[in-house]
Amino acid sequence: MIADAFTPHTFLDAFGFIHHHASFLLQKTGEHLELSLAALGIALVLALPLGLWLGHRHRGLFVALSVSSLGRALPSVVLIAFGLTILGVGFWNNTAALVVLAIPPILTNAYFAIAGADRDAVEAARGMGLTEQQILTRIELPLGLPLVVAGIRISAIFVIATATIAAIAGGGGLGEVIVNQASYGLAGVVAGSLCVSALAFIAAFSLSLILRAVSPRHGRVP
Amino acid sequence: MIVAAGPVIPNFGQGSPCERSNGWFCTDWLSAHWGDTLQPALVQHVWLTLIAVGIGFAIALGLALAGFRWRLVDAQIGALADFLYTIPSLALFQLLVPFTGLTVTTVEIALVSYTLLVLYRNMVEGLRGVPADVLESARGMGLTRMQTFVRVELPLASPAILAGLRIATVSTISVATVAAFIIPKGLGEPIFIALDQNLFKTEILAAGGLAVALALFADASLALVGRAATPWSRA
Repeated sequence: MIADAFTPHTFLDAFGFIHHHASFLLQKTGEHLELSLAALGIALVLALPLGLWLGHRHRGLFVALSVSSLGRALPSVVLIAFGLTILGVGFWNNTAALVVLAIPPILTNAYFAIAGADRDAVEAARGMGLTEQQILTRIELPLGLPLVVAGIRISAIFVIATATIAAIAGGGGLGEVIVNQASYGLAGVVAGSLCVSALAFIAAFSLSLILRAVSPRHGRVP
Repeated sequence: MIVAAGPVIPNFGQGSPCERSNGWFCTDWLSAHWGDTLQPALVQHVWLTLIAVGIGFAIALGLALAGFRWRLVDAQIGALADFLYTIPSLALFQLLVPFTGLTVTTVEIALVSYTLLVLYRNMVEGLRGVPADVLESARGMGLTRMQTFVRVELPLASPAILAGLRIATVSTISVATVAAFIIPKGLGEPIFIALDQNLFKTEILAAGGLAVALALFADASLALVGRAATPWSRA
Protein backbone atom coordinates (compact mmCIF):
# COMPACT_ATOMS: atom_id res chain seq x y z
CA MET A 1 0.00 0.00 0.00
CA ILE A 2 2.72 2.44 0.99
CA ALA A 3 6.04 1.81 -0.67
CA ASP A 4 8.08 5.02 -0.63
CA ALA A 5 11.01 5.52 1.69
CA PHE A 6 10.08 7.43 4.81
CA THR A 7 12.20 10.36 5.77
CA PRO A 8 11.41 13.55 7.62
CA HIS A 9 12.08 15.20 4.23
CA THR A 10 8.70 13.88 3.24
CA PHE A 11 7.20 16.87 5.03
CA LEU A 12 9.18 19.26 2.84
CA ASP A 13 7.97 17.34 -0.21
CA ALA A 14 4.44 17.59 1.15
CA PHE A 15 4.67 21.37 1.31
CA GLY A 16 5.99 21.28 -2.24
CA PHE A 17 2.97 19.18 -3.22
CA ILE A 18 0.62 21.68 -1.58
CA HIS A 19 2.36 24.50 -3.45
CA HIS A 20 2.22 22.79 -6.85
CA HIS A 21 -1.25 21.29 -6.57
CA ALA A 22 -2.98 24.07 -4.67
CA SER A 23 -6.07 24.20 -6.90
CA PHE A 24 -6.48 20.39 -6.84
CA LEU A 25 -6.23 20.27 -3.05
CA LEU A 26 -8.60 23.21 -2.78
CA GLN A 27 -11.14 21.32 -4.88
CA LYS A 28 -10.76 18.21 -2.69
CA THR A 29 -11.06 20.37 0.43
CA GLY A 30 -14.25 21.80 -1.04
CA GLU A 31 -15.67 18.29 -1.55
CA HIS A 32 -14.63 17.39 1.97
CA LEU A 33 -16.34 20.46 3.37
CA GLU A 34 -19.48 19.80 1.33
CA LEU A 35 -19.78 16.24 2.64
CA SER A 36 -19.07 17.31 6.23
CA LEU A 37 -21.48 20.26 6.15
CA ALA A 38 -24.27 18.18 4.61
CA ALA A 39 -23.91 15.55 7.33
CA LEU A 40 -23.60 18.11 10.12
CA GLY A 41 -26.58 20.09 8.81
CA ILE A 42 -28.86 17.04 8.63
CA ALA A 43 -27.70 15.88 12.07
CA LEU A 44 -28.42 19.33 13.52
CA VAL A 45 -31.93 19.42 12.04
CA LEU A 46 -32.67 15.93 13.39
CA ALA A 47 -30.95 15.94 16.76
CA LEU A 48 -31.04 19.52 18.05
CA PRO A 49 -34.84 20.01 18.31
CA LEU A 50 -35.23 16.49 19.74
CA GLY A 51 -32.51 17.03 22.35
CA LEU A 52 -33.88 20.44 23.34
CA TRP A 53 -37.44 19.16 23.59
CA LEU A 54 -36.52 16.03 25.59
CA GLY A 55 -34.35 18.15 27.87
CA HIS A 56 -37.12 20.68 28.41
CA ARG A 57 -39.56 17.91 29.28
CA HIS A 58 -36.97 16.16 31.47
CA ARG A 59 -37.89 13.02 29.60
CA GLY A 60 -35.88 10.38 27.80
CA LEU A 61 -32.76 10.38 29.99
CA PHE A 62 -32.34 6.74 29.03
CA VAL A 63 -32.57 7.62 25.32
CA ALA A 64 -29.97 10.37 25.67
CA LEU A 65 -27.56 8.13 27.58
CA SER A 66 -27.89 5.11 25.31
CA VAL A 67 -27.59 7.18 22.14
CA SER A 68 -24.36 8.66 23.46
CA SER A 69 -22.81 5.34 24.48
CA LEU A 70 -23.96 3.57 21.33
CA GLY A 71 -22.61 6.44 19.25
CA ARG A 72 -19.22 6.00 20.85
CA ALA A 73 -19.26 2.23 20.37
CA LEU A 74 -19.95 2.43 16.63
CA PRO A 75 -16.59 2.52 14.84
CA SER A 76 -16.67 4.90 11.88
CA VAL A 77 -15.08 2.32 9.57
CA VAL A 78 -17.78 -0.18 10.50
CA LEU A 79 -20.55 2.34 9.98
CA ILE A 80 -19.30 3.40 6.57
CA ALA A 81 -18.83 -0.24 5.56
CA PHE A 82 -22.39 -1.01 6.75
CA GLY A 83 -23.71 2.00 4.84
CA LEU A 84 -21.88 0.79 1.77
CA THR A 85 -23.48 -2.66 1.92
CA ILE A 86 -26.95 -1.25 2.50
CA LEU A 87 -27.03 1.91 0.39
CA GLY A 88 -24.31 1.21 -2.16
CA VAL A 89 -21.53 3.55 -3.27
CA GLY A 90 -22.14 7.26 -3.38
CA PHE A 91 -22.55 10.62 -1.70
CA TRP A 92 -25.65 9.64 0.28
CA ASN A 93 -24.19 6.46 1.70
CA ASN A 94 -21.37 8.50 3.24
CA THR A 95 -23.65 11.31 4.29
CA ALA A 96 -25.98 8.86 6.04
CA ALA A 97 -23.09 7.19 7.88
CA LEU A 98 -21.69 10.56 8.94
CA VAL A 99 -25.12 11.76 10.09
CA VAL A 100 -25.41 8.73 12.37
CA LEU A 101 -21.98 9.55 13.84
CA ALA A 102 -22.77 13.26 14.22
CA ILE A 103 -26.07 12.84 16.05
CA PRO A 104 -24.98 11.46 19.47
CA PRO A 105 -22.83 14.37 20.73
CA ILE A 106 -25.37 16.96 19.52
CA LEU A 107 -28.37 15.11 20.99
CA THR A 108 -26.76 14.24 24.33
CA ASN A 109 -25.26 17.67 24.91
CA ALA A 110 -28.49 19.46 23.95
CA TYR A 111 -30.41 17.21 26.33
CA PHE A 112 -28.12 17.76 29.30
CA ALA A 113 -27.73 21.48 28.55
CA ILE A 114 -31.48 22.05 28.80
CA ALA A 115 -32.28 19.46 31.47
CA GLY A 116 -29.48 20.86 33.63
CA ALA A 117 -30.71 24.47 33.49
CA ASP A 118 -31.20 26.03 36.92
CA ARG A 119 -34.56 24.74 38.21
CA ASP A 120 -35.16 27.86 40.30
CA ALA A 121 -34.72 30.09 37.27
CA VAL A 122 -37.16 27.94 35.28
CA GLU A 123 -39.72 27.96 38.11
CA ALA A 124 -39.37 31.73 38.52
CA ALA A 125 -40.00 32.16 34.79
CA ARG A 126 -43.02 29.91 34.95
CA GLY A 127 -44.30 31.92 37.91
CA MET A 128 -43.89 35.11 35.88
CA GLY A 129 -46.28 33.63 33.32
CA LEU A 130 -43.86 32.73 30.50
CA THR A 131 -45.13 30.07 28.12
CA GLU A 132 -43.26 26.77 27.85
CA GLN A 133 -41.75 27.86 24.54
CA GLN A 134 -40.60 31.14 26.04
CA ILE A 135 -39.05 29.30 28.96
CA LEU A 136 -37.11 27.13 26.51
CA THR A 137 -35.91 29.93 24.24
CA ARG A 138 -35.39 32.70 26.84
CA ILE A 139 -34.27 30.87 29.97
CA GLU A 140 -33.07 27.32 29.36
CA LEU A 141 -31.42 27.84 25.97
CA PRO A 142 -29.30 30.88 26.96
CA LEU A 143 -28.24 29.07 30.14
CA GLY A 144 -27.35 25.84 28.34
CA LEU A 145 -25.99 27.33 25.12
CA PRO A 146 -22.28 26.74 25.90
CA LEU A 147 -22.94 23.02 26.35
CA VAL A 148 -25.04 22.89 23.16
CA VAL A 149 -22.26 24.57 21.17
CA ALA A 150 -19.68 22.24 22.76
CA GLY A 151 -21.68 19.27 21.46
CA ILE A 152 -21.80 20.75 17.96
CA ARG A 153 -18.05 21.33 18.15
CA ILE A 154 -17.37 17.69 19.05
CA SER A 155 -19.61 16.57 16.20
CA ALA A 156 -17.99 18.90 13.67
CA ILE A 157 -14.46 17.68 14.49
CA PHE A 158 -15.68 14.10 14.41
CA VAL A 159 -17.42 14.47 11.06
CA ILE A 160 -14.49 16.22 9.36
CA ALA A 161 -12.13 13.53 10.64
CA THR A 162 -14.41 10.67 9.64
CA ALA A 163 -15.21 12.09 6.21
CA THR A 164 -11.60 11.08 5.45
CA ILE A 165 -12.51 7.44 5.98
CA ALA A 166 -15.50 7.90 3.66
CA ALA A 167 -12.96 7.86 0.84
CA ILE A 168 -12.69 4.08 1.18
CA ALA A 169 -16.31 4.09 0.03
CA GLY A 170 -15.66 6.33 -2.97
CA GLY A 171 -16.77 9.43 -1.11
CA GLY A 172 -14.31 11.89 -2.62
CA GLY A 173 -12.87 14.64 -0.49
CA LEU A 174 -9.39 14.79 1.00
CA GLY A 175 -9.54 11.16 2.06
CA GLU A 176 -9.32 10.22 -1.59
CA VAL A 177 -5.84 11.76 -1.69
CA ILE A 178 -4.83 10.21 1.62
CA VAL A 179 -5.81 6.64 0.76
CA ASN A 180 -4.39 6.76 -2.76
CA GLN A 181 -0.65 6.79 -2.47
CA ALA A 182 -0.28 4.96 -5.77
CA SER A 183 -1.45 8.10 -7.58
CA TYR A 184 -0.32 10.96 -5.38
CA GLY A 185 2.82 9.63 -3.71
CA LEU A 186 3.77 9.91 -0.07
CA ALA A 187 4.08 13.69 -0.41
CA GLY A 188 0.46 13.82 -1.56
CA VAL A 189 -0.67 11.61 1.31
CA VAL A 190 1.04 13.80 3.88
CA ALA A 191 -0.21 16.97 2.14
CA GLY A 192 -3.79 15.62 2.25
CA SER A 193 -3.42 14.75 5.92
CA LEU A 194 -2.15 18.24 6.67
CA CYS A 195 -5.16 19.73 4.86
CA VAL A 196 -7.64 17.61 6.84
CA SER A 197 -5.94 18.49 10.11
CA ALA A 198 -6.03 22.16 9.16
CA LEU A 199 -9.73 21.92 8.27
CA ALA A 200 -10.58 20.18 11.56
CA PHE A 201 -8.50 22.68 13.48
CA ILE A 202 -10.15 25.69 11.80
CA ALA A 203 -13.60 24.22 12.53
CA ALA A 204 -12.66 23.53 16.16
CA PHE A 205 -11.15 26.97 16.57
CA SER A 206 -14.09 28.88 15.08
CA LEU A 207 -16.59 26.92 17.18
CA SER A 208 -14.42 27.62 20.23
CA LEU A 209 -14.74 31.34 19.46
CA ILE A 210 -18.53 30.96 19.26
CA LEU A 211 -18.40 28.96 22.50
CA ARG A 212 -16.49 31.75 24.20
CA ALA A 213 -18.93 34.34 22.85
CA VAL A 214 -21.98 32.51 24.22
CA SER A 215 -20.40 31.55 27.55
CA PRO A 216 -21.32 33.71 30.52
CA ARG A 217 -18.45 35.92 31.63
CA HIS A 218 -17.39 35.12 35.14
CA GLY A 219 -17.85 37.79 37.73
CA ARG A 220 -19.33 40.35 35.37
CA VAL A 221 -22.97 41.39 35.49
CA PRO A 222 -24.25 42.24 32.01
CA MET B 1 -8.10 -35.53 -13.22
CA ILE B 2 -4.42 -34.69 -13.37
CA VAL B 3 -2.77 -34.83 -10.01
CA ALA B 4 0.41 -32.87 -9.22
CA ALA B 5 0.97 -31.64 -12.74
CA GLY B 6 1.91 -27.97 -13.15
CA PRO B 7 1.02 -25.11 -10.84
CA VAL B 8 -2.12 -25.39 -8.81
CA ILE B 9 -4.68 -22.92 -10.08
CA PRO B 10 -6.81 -21.74 -7.19
CA ASN B 11 -10.49 -22.22 -7.76
CA PHE B 12 -12.29 -19.09 -6.66
CA GLY B 13 -15.73 -20.39 -7.47
CA GLN B 14 -15.90 -22.90 -4.67
CA GLY B 15 -17.79 -20.90 -2.07
CA SER B 16 -21.26 -21.86 -1.03
CA PRO B 17 -24.18 -20.52 -3.10
CA CYS B 18 -24.73 -17.91 -0.41
CA GLU B 19 -21.09 -16.77 -0.65
CA ARG B 20 -21.11 -16.66 -4.43
CA SER B 21 -24.25 -14.57 -4.54
CA ASN B 22 -22.92 -12.35 -1.73
CA GLY B 23 -25.88 -13.00 0.55
CA TRP B 24 -26.59 -10.88 3.60
CA PHE B 25 -25.23 -13.29 6.16
CA CYS B 26 -23.64 -16.61 5.20
CA THR B 27 -23.39 -18.74 8.32
CA ASP B 28 -21.28 -21.32 6.48
CA TRP B 29 -18.65 -18.66 5.72
CA LEU B 30 -18.77 -17.64 9.35
CA SER B 31 -18.11 -21.14 10.66
CA ALA B 32 -15.41 -21.77 8.03
CA HIS B 33 -13.52 -18.54 8.67
CA TRP B 34 -14.05 -17.86 12.35
CA GLY B 35 -10.80 -19.62 13.19
CA ASP B 36 -8.56 -18.18 10.47
CA THR B 37 -9.98 -14.67 10.10
CA LEU B 38 -12.33 -13.36 12.76
CA GLN B 39 -10.91 -14.83 15.94
CA PRO B 40 -7.29 -13.73 15.31
CA ALA B 41 -8.55 -10.27 14.32
CA LEU B 42 -10.58 -10.04 17.51
CA VAL B 43 -7.60 -11.07 19.67
CA GLN B 44 -5.34 -8.56 17.90
CA HIS B 45 -7.95 -5.88 18.40
CA VAL B 46 -8.14 -6.58 22.13
CA TRP B 47 -4.34 -6.38 22.37
CA LEU B 48 -4.11 -3.13 20.40
CA THR B 49 -6.69 -1.64 22.75
CA LEU B 50 -5.20 -2.97 25.99
CA ILE B 51 -1.71 -1.69 25.16
CA ALA B 52 -3.00 1.72 24.08
CA VAL B 53 -5.26 2.22 27.09
CA GLY B 54 -2.61 0.89 29.50
CA ILE B 55 0.14 3.21 28.26
CA GLY B 56 -2.33 6.08 27.85
CA PHE B 57 -3.50 5.62 31.44
CA ALA B 58 0.04 5.68 32.83
CA ILE B 59 0.99 8.79 30.86
CA ALA B 60 -2.28 10.56 31.66
CA LEU B 61 -1.85 9.80 35.37
CA GLY B 62 1.63 11.33 35.37
CA LEU B 63 0.39 14.37 33.48
CA ALA B 64 -2.67 14.70 35.70
CA LEU B 65 -0.51 14.73 38.84
CA ALA B 66 1.53 17.55 37.31
CA GLY B 67 -1.55 19.40 36.07
CA PHE B 68 -3.29 19.00 39.43
CA ARG B 69 -0.29 20.46 41.24
CA TRP B 70 0.46 23.33 38.87
CA ARG B 71 -2.41 25.16 37.18
CA LEU B 72 -0.12 26.67 34.57
CA VAL B 73 0.94 23.20 33.39
CA ASP B 74 -2.72 22.18 33.29
CA ALA B 75 -3.59 24.86 30.73
CA GLN B 76 -0.67 23.83 28.49
CA ILE B 77 -1.43 20.10 28.65
CA GLY B 78 -5.12 20.74 28.10
CA ALA B 79 -4.46 22.82 24.99
CA LEU B 80 -2.05 20.22 23.58
CA ALA B 81 -4.46 17.33 24.18
CA ASP B 82 -7.25 19.40 22.61
CA PHE B 83 -5.10 19.97 19.55
CA LEU B 84 -4.20 16.27 19.22
CA TYR B 85 -7.87 15.46 19.22
CA THR B 86 -8.55 17.59 16.14
CA ILE B 87 -6.18 15.50 13.99
CA PRO B 88 -8.21 12.85 12.14
CA SER B 89 -7.11 9.30 12.95
CA LEU B 90 -6.40 8.32 9.35
CA ALA B 91 -4.29 11.48 8.94
CA LEU B 92 -2.44 10.94 12.23
CA PHE B 93 -1.56 7.37 11.26
CA GLN B 94 -0.24 8.59 7.91
CA LEU B 95 1.66 11.51 9.43
CA LEU B 96 3.45 9.17 11.84
CA VAL B 97 4.45 6.70 9.15
CA PRO B 98 7.49 8.75 7.96
CA PHE B 99 8.90 8.50 11.50
CA THR B 100 7.99 5.04 12.75
CA GLY B 101 7.07 3.16 9.58
CA LEU B 102 4.26 0.69 9.00
CA THR B 103 4.51 -0.75 12.47
CA VAL B 104 2.46 -1.43 15.56
CA THR B 105 4.39 1.42 17.18
CA THR B 106 2.83 3.90 14.74
CA VAL B 107 -0.63 2.64 15.52
CA GLU B 108 -0.05 2.63 19.27
CA ILE B 109 1.36 6.18 19.31
CA ALA B 110 -1.79 7.40 17.57
CA LEU B 111 -4.14 5.38 19.78
CA VAL B 112 -2.38 6.49 22.97
CA SER B 113 -2.60 10.14 21.87
CA TYR B 114 -6.36 9.84 21.52
CA THR B 115 -6.81 8.33 24.98
CA LEU B 116 -4.85 11.14 26.64
CA LEU B 117 -7.42 13.93 26.32
CA VAL B 118 -10.31 12.05 27.93
CA LEU B 119 -8.22 10.35 30.61
CA TYR B 120 -6.32 13.51 31.55
CA ARG B 121 -9.44 15.71 31.73
CA ASN B 122 -11.35 13.24 33.88
CA MET B 123 -8.42 12.64 36.24
CA VAL B 124 -7.84 16.35 36.85
CA GLU B 125 -11.58 17.10 37.18
CA GLY B 126 -11.96 14.17 39.59
CA LEU B 127 -9.06 15.30 41.77
CA ARG B 128 -10.28 18.91 41.73
CA GLY B 129 -13.77 17.78 42.66
CA VAL B 130 -12.74 16.56 46.11
CA PRO B 131 -14.54 18.93 48.55
CA ALA B 132 -12.34 21.35 50.48
CA ASP B 133 -13.85 20.40 53.85
CA VAL B 134 -12.95 16.74 53.27
CA LEU B 135 -9.32 17.76 52.69
CA GLU B 136 -9.53 19.98 55.76
CA SER B 137 -10.70 17.06 57.93
CA ALA B 138 -7.94 14.86 56.50
CA ARG B 139 -5.40 17.45 57.53
CA GLY B 140 -7.09 17.77 60.92
CA MET B 141 -6.74 14.02 61.41
CA GLY B 142 -3.01 14.44 60.94
CA LEU B 143 -2.65 12.81 57.52
CA THR B 144 0.43 13.80 55.54
CA ARG B 145 0.16 15.24 52.02
CA MET B 146 0.95 11.81 50.56
CA GLN B 147 -1.51 9.98 52.79
CA THR B 148 -4.22 12.48 51.92
CA PHE B 149 -3.61 11.87 48.24
CA VAL B 150 -3.59 8.08 48.40
CA ARG B 151 -6.34 7.57 50.98
CA VAL B 152 -8.67 10.51 50.37
CA GLU B 153 -8.23 12.26 47.03
CA LEU B 154 -7.57 9.24 44.80
CA PRO B 155 -10.53 7.15 46.07
CA LEU B 156 -12.89 10.12 45.83
CA ALA B 157 -11.68 10.88 42.30
CA SER B 158 -11.96 7.26 41.17
CA PRO B 159 -15.54 7.41 39.79
CA ALA B 160 -14.53 10.29 37.47
CA ILE B 161 -11.30 8.49 36.51
CA LEU B 162 -13.24 5.33 35.75
CA ALA B 163 -15.76 7.23 33.63
CA GLY B 164 -12.81 8.55 31.62
CA LEU B 165 -11.36 5.06 31.34
CA ARG B 166 -14.65 3.75 29.94
CA ILE B 167 -14.86 6.47 27.30
CA ALA B 168 -11.18 6.06 26.40
CA THR B 169 -11.48 2.28 26.06
CA VAL B 170 -14.59 2.39 23.90
CA SER B 171 -13.21 5.08 21.60
CA THR B 172 -9.87 3.23 21.31
CA ILE B 173 -11.72 0.09 20.20
CA SER B 174 -13.48 2.26 17.64
CA VAL B 175 -10.35 4.02 16.32
CA ALA B 176 -8.36 0.75 16.29
CA THR B 177 -10.47 -0.39 13.32
CA VAL B 178 -8.74 2.33 11.28
CA ALA B 179 -5.36 0.84 12.22
CA ALA B 180 -5.86 -1.84 9.58
CA PHE B 181 -5.06 0.86 7.07
CA ILE B 182 -1.46 0.82 8.31
CA ILE B 183 -0.92 -2.71 9.61
CA PRO B 184 -2.90 -5.87 8.82
CA LYS B 185 -4.15 -6.26 12.38
CA GLY B 186 -7.41 -5.88 14.25
CA LEU B 187 -11.02 -6.09 13.22
CA GLY B 188 -10.56 -3.38 10.61
CA GLU B 189 -8.52 -5.80 8.50
CA PRO B 190 -11.35 -8.20 7.52
CA ILE B 191 -13.53 -5.15 6.82
CA PHE B 192 -10.96 -3.60 4.48
CA ILE B 193 -10.46 -6.95 2.77
CA ALA B 194 -14.21 -7.41 2.31
CA LEU B 195 -14.51 -3.87 0.91
CA ASP B 196 -11.83 -4.77 -1.62
CA GLN B 197 -13.49 -8.08 -2.49
CA ASN B 198 -16.58 -6.70 -4.10
CA LEU B 199 -18.17 -5.74 -0.77
CA PHE B 200 -18.48 -9.18 0.78
CA LYS B 201 -21.40 -8.46 3.11
CA THR B 202 -21.03 -11.36 5.55
CA GLU B 203 -17.47 -10.43 6.45
CA ILE B 204 -18.32 -6.73 6.87
CA LEU B 205 -21.31 -7.46 9.07
CA ALA B 206 -19.51 -10.11 11.15
CA ALA B 207 -16.33 -8.08 11.77
CA GLY B 208 -18.27 -4.85 12.28
CA GLY B 209 -20.67 -6.56 14.65
CA LEU B 210 -17.74 -7.99 16.61
CA ALA B 211 -16.18 -4.52 16.94
CA VAL B 212 -19.42 -3.01 18.25
CA ALA B 213 -19.99 -5.98 20.58
CA LEU B 214 -16.42 -5.69 21.90
CA ALA B 215 -16.93 -1.99 22.63
CA LEU B 216 -20.24 -2.54 24.43
CA PHE B 217 -18.81 -5.49 26.36
CA ALA B 218 -15.75 -3.49 27.45
CA ASP B 219 -17.96 -0.59 28.53
CA ALA B 220 -20.27 -2.84 30.56
CA SER B 221 -17.43 -4.77 32.23
CA LEU B 222 -15.60 -1.59 33.22
CA ALA B 223 -18.85 -0.25 34.66
CA LEU B 224 -19.23 -3.43 36.73
CA VAL B 225 -15.62 -3.28 37.91
CA GLY B 226 -16.20 0.32 38.90
CA ARG B 227 -19.30 -0.54 40.91
CA ALA B 228 -17.43 -3.29 42.73
CA ALA B 229 -14.38 -1.12 43.40
CA THR B 230 -16.23 1.93 44.66
CA PRO B 231 -19.05 0.65 46.88
CA TRP B 232 -19.45 4.10 48.48
CA SER B 233 -20.46 5.71 45.18
CA ARG B 234 -23.63 3.64 45.04
CA ALA B 235 -26.56 5.80 45.97
